[in-house]
Amino acid sequence: MALRGNLRDFSLPQLLNLVSLGKKTGALTLGERNSQATVYFKEGMLVHLSLDSQDSNLRHLLERVGKINEAQSRLLPQEARSDKEWGILLINTGLIDRAEIMEAVRRHTLEMVYRLFTWTEGGFVFQPNVLPPDDKIIVPIHLENVILEGSRRVEERKRLEEELPDLGMALNLICSEVKLKGIRLSPDEWRVVSSIDPGRTIQEIAQAHHLTDLQIRKIVYGLLSAGFVELVPRVKPISAALSAEERIIPAPVRKGIILRLIDRIRRL
Amino acid sequence: MQTVKIVVTGPFNAGKTAFVGSISEIEVVSTERRITDHSQSIKDQTTVAMDFGRITVDEGLVLYLFGTPGQRRFDFMWEILSEGMLGFIVLVDSVAPETFREAKEILDLFKNYHPARYVVAANKQDLEDAWPPEDLRIALKIDSDIKVVPCVATDKESVKGVLLELLYSILETAEE
Repeated sequence: MALRGNLRDFSLPQLLNLVSLGKKTGALTLGERNSQATVYFKEGMLVHLSLDSQDSNLRHLLERVGKINEAQSRLLPQEARSDKEWGILLINTGLIDRAEIMEAVRRHTLEMVYRLFTWTEGGFVFQPNVLPPDDKIIVPIHLENVILEGSRRVEERKRLEEELPDLGMALNLICSEVKLKGIRLSPDEWRVVSSIDPGRTIQEIAQAHHLTDLQIRKIVYGLLSAGFVELVPRVKPISAALSAEERIIPAPVRKGIILRLIDRIRRL
Repeated sequence: MQTVKIVVTGPFNAGKTAFVGSISEIEVVSTERRITDHSQSIKDQTTVAMDFGRITVDEGLVLYLFGTPGQRRFDFMWEILSEGMLGFIVLVDSVAPETFREAKEILDLFKNYHPARYVVAANKQDLEDAWPPEDLRIALKIDSDIKVVPCVATDKESVKGVLLELLYSILETAEE
């Protein structure tokens, strides 16, 4: 018999706990606004998840996570295949091995289930003994760690949203006032630092570097905490009227600015 | 506050970190860690991300200097760094002709990223075996309208000279 309810009354961690403790097999379908997800379990373990259009086939998943590139993908047959068929084909072509496929599927499933932890309202239905489609590659994942990590991420997200509520703000480097020797920045942090411009919002920087809201919040929060940057209202850029692609080309620089730079460097 | 950006690029060990460090008003921020490949013999630590320096022009204008990662495995950073730059400097190790081809490749890549003005800095001119700038121009097939400037990246006055030459070039095409 199906179990039905609303996430408002029964949260996802509670549902996952129930499935884990009862070692249940079945499909949990959740809905929130315009999104729908179905999470499959086998004997209390998470085995598959489909989330809106994210449930693309294995080939697209591997492309998305960078395991195969566009050029390699173009060389592969274009007709539709099941995930298992794609897996065999990719292993046989030597592009990827079995362990890499399993790891990519596992990581993808985890990333998607962690997203569901932010769903706090919407209907759910658990249908016992419903398994994922046969063609799907199944990677069993223990739910205990999923519940812990998902809950930790929710807390982290809440804290970051409180610290940095508005991604429409811009950033300004204030590094002259702090000692920076020995500071260690990751490549993603460098990407953000190199894009800091009072005419560009945090959201725009995130979009330019394909960072999620959570990722950009974490990076900016770290930079703010280190006293490396400050939040400033966005200054309207000169090139605001241009499209994103056009904006890559630097706006013509005025002679006055160059003369100021020359004068300053001469005086150094 | 307006910010402008100049990128300092070039092959591994060309002197980018020293260049930015010589002129920056802040201690240069760089991500460095011990390297384990063959280049370890050249220096103990090398920049694996990039260097970052700053020159405050006045209350309304700041110049940022970004040194690019020297090794090709970090070239994913180059295009990101080049976005919106005012101009760029290609630093060449004048005593390491084996790096000239790579310097040329980096130069061509940056030219393709964005249409910005640039100069070539012939670094390590204080060393006995340094190739003169005009010989470097020939070796790297640099057009005659591009400046090839002598440079000693550890010397502030020399670095100032390179930056000024770049700014003079930019000035030629700047709007009134």
